[in-house]
Amino acid sequence: MSSSTDLGRPEPDPTAVPSRDDRPVSDRGDTVCVIGAGASGLTAVKNLREAGFGVDCYERETGVGGAWNWRHDRSPVYGSTHLISSRPFTQFPDFPMPDDWPDYPHHSQLLSYFERYADHFDLRQHVWFGTEVVRVEPVEGDRWDVTTRSTGGYGPERTSRYAAVVLANGHNWSPKLPRYEGLAEFRGEVMHASSYKDPAQLRGKRVLVVGAGNTGCDIAVEAAQQASHCWHSTRRGYWYAPKYVLGRPADQVNDTLLALRVPLRVRQWLYHWTLRLTVGDLTRFGLPKPDHRVYETHPIANSQLVYYVGHGEITPVPDVARFHDRTVELGDGRRIDPELVVFATGYLPRFEFLHGRVLGDEDGSGRPRLWLNAFTAGHPTLAVVGLVQPDSGIFTISHWQSVLFARLLTLRIARPERVAAFDRRVRAGLGERYSAKVKDSTRHWFEVGHADYLRALQRALHELEENK
Amino acid sequence: MTSERVRVVRAWEWARPERPVRREVLAALPEQEEAKSPLLFVPGFGHGAWAFAEHWLGHAADRGFPAYALSLRGHGDSEPAPDATLRAYTHDVTQVAASLPRQAVLVGHGAGARVVAHAMSRYPARAAVLVAPVLGGWGTFGAALRRNPAGTVPAVFGGGLRLNRRQLFSRELPDADARRHVARLGRAGRRAQWQLLTGRQPEPAVGRPPVLVLGSPDDRVLPATALTRAARRYASAPLLFPGMGHDLMLDARWREPIDAILDWLDKDPAPTPG
Repeated sequence: MSSSTDLGRPEPDPTAVPSRDDRPVSDRGDTVCVIGAGASGLTAVKNLREAGFGVDCYERETGVGGAWNWRHDRSPVYGSTHLISSRPFTQFPDFPMPDDWPDYPHHSQLLSYFERYADHFDLRQHVWFGTEVVRVEPVEGDRWDVTTRSTGGYGPERTSRYAAVVLANGHNWSPKLPRYEGLAEFRGEVMHASSYKDPAQLRGKRVLVVGAGNTGCDIAVEAAQQASHCWHSTRRGYWYAPKYVLGRPADQVNDTLLALRVPLRVRQWLYHWTLRLTVGDLTRFGLPKPDHRVYETHPIANSQLVYYVGHGEITPVPDVARFHDRTVELGDGRRIDPELVVFATGYLPRFEFLHGRVLGDEDGSGRPRLWLNAFTAGHPTLAVVGLVQPDSGIFTISHWQSVLFARLLTLRIARPERVAAFDRRVRAGLGERYSAKVKDSTRHWFEVGHADYLRALQRALHELEENK
Repeated sequence: MTSERVRVVRAWEWARPERPVRREVLAALPEQEEAKSPLLFVPGFGHGAWAFAEHWLGHAADRGFPAYALSLRGHGDSEPAPDATLRAYTHDVTQVAASLPRQAVLVGHGAGARVVAHAMSRYPARAAVLVAPVLGGWGTFGAALRRNPAGTVPAVFGGGLRLNRRQLFSRELPDADARRHVARLGRAGRRAQWQLLTGRQPEPAVGRPPVLVLGSPDDRVLPATALTRAARRYASAPLLFPGMGHDLMLDARWREPIDAILDWLDKDPAPTPG
């Protein structure tokens, strides 16, 4: 399936028409640029190719897999990373993971899955490895100038002009570090979870883990096994969901209820009831009582945390108030003396190569205003893929986002009125949310419920295709 | 093409994934890698991978195509699965297809074509070939009932659908061969048999695969009208091999249809307009 726009590598063409700051711009015609060859980028390349587009994909590392490519320094995975959502929710909808894999595969299996995906659909030929994107600028006619250079800033910059751009640069590589009074004077070791790779880093130490995301809970569990003492500091009480309930992966049980269209309130009630029967009352261990209902924060799936709390290997503590030179003062005035503090405080999405205004982020808050977390007003040839924090697998969502974008680009020529209608839909729906009300955090704005989100996306796809 | 729309929310498939089974996959690989798309042959109800191993696998490999055939669960040497559904069979096909090194061409025979039609909505096949496709529906049932009442009636009550050798092969095939093949036939799951008549129609294919439909006007399982209808569904006309029985891959003139398939693939058919 070759396409007429498949021109090979975009050498800067001196005869190319326009120029930018006296540098030549090579015109890539109808080719689409995809930024990033992680899970979202790969599926964008595949789906655009399938729709007949030529694609140039830029990847700053030397292999595919993005966050799951543990070989590079920006990868957030650690030795024991396993999936949080079970296989059927995690795999691409048109490329199943082997059914003899475990329900919750290990991160190394994920990487091999993406490598096989890339080989199976012959995607690597479209990827420029070791190339990072410096600037993405809109130009006349809804086209884009993309400036790249070798990773690390070596070599000259070069600019190519594309018909469309897909941003798939991920959102789990730029660590978010909270500010604390006295942190600079603290004599102990401090690290962000992004530099945590191996439980040996915890062995024999007194460890404080800050943050109750899935990573924080995993590290707390490993600290319970390896460290001489483990404190786990959380801002509020959470619902620690086991990975298995009623003999099945918990998310499959949950989606059985969704398939039966059980309303949210009833599901919350059932969920609380199941947790009470399996995990029990957490306050008796000294854990704070959750101040919200389930489905109102990003779900934490960890069967082991409560187990180790119950065995006294993890001491739950409240929020950190401030640091002293040898001790840490907690919210309740207590002082503890950890040797190592691990901040599992998450990551922030960043698009440093793009002016915030393009994504509707006028005030520079770092929060783009998008519809379906993917489309921005006034730029019909731009899509963000994978900027979602679902309560389930992300790759399914990235797949359908890129399918929708590919259909949109295909219709731009044949049915412009449909694309105009889509653009009106984007404007009307900017900032729309797809989940139950969630507790505020720096990431909550792109938290989505997978069922609500995919239903909305399915609707958009059908509206676009109607009476075709 | 089916009128149904793309389904994004697949709650039941997520909530109730198919049970993994041991699957028989036979392969014949060309001596030299020629960068041709691998073929995955999907046998119909009652048949196993053996039906393709007889002639077609080797012939495809000789012509440079890596060729694989699987046995759907409950067939051939795959794990027994008396409760299998069409969805389980579809799962078997997409699992094997995704395990191949490159994007595969799906070749379904008989009711295996119906399974392939379902699999095409769950895996972007490089292309699809439907050989004597039994896509189901009551028309097919009526034809089977008229031509082979003794083999069909028990299927209505949950028994196995039995095909006789006059339905499957032309008279050119030596009797000994015909008997040998018929003796190897197994049976599909009870529920899958019913779903062939009453089940949901396949969802639209993903990835715009080009589709080739072929069969025999003298097929005594699949009426010629059903063959034409199947081809029209994929916006084409069937390629016809007169004088052959339903099992084109086992009949005496097995070479003609497989050569036609490989010639078609060698021409690198364009994706269907999307």
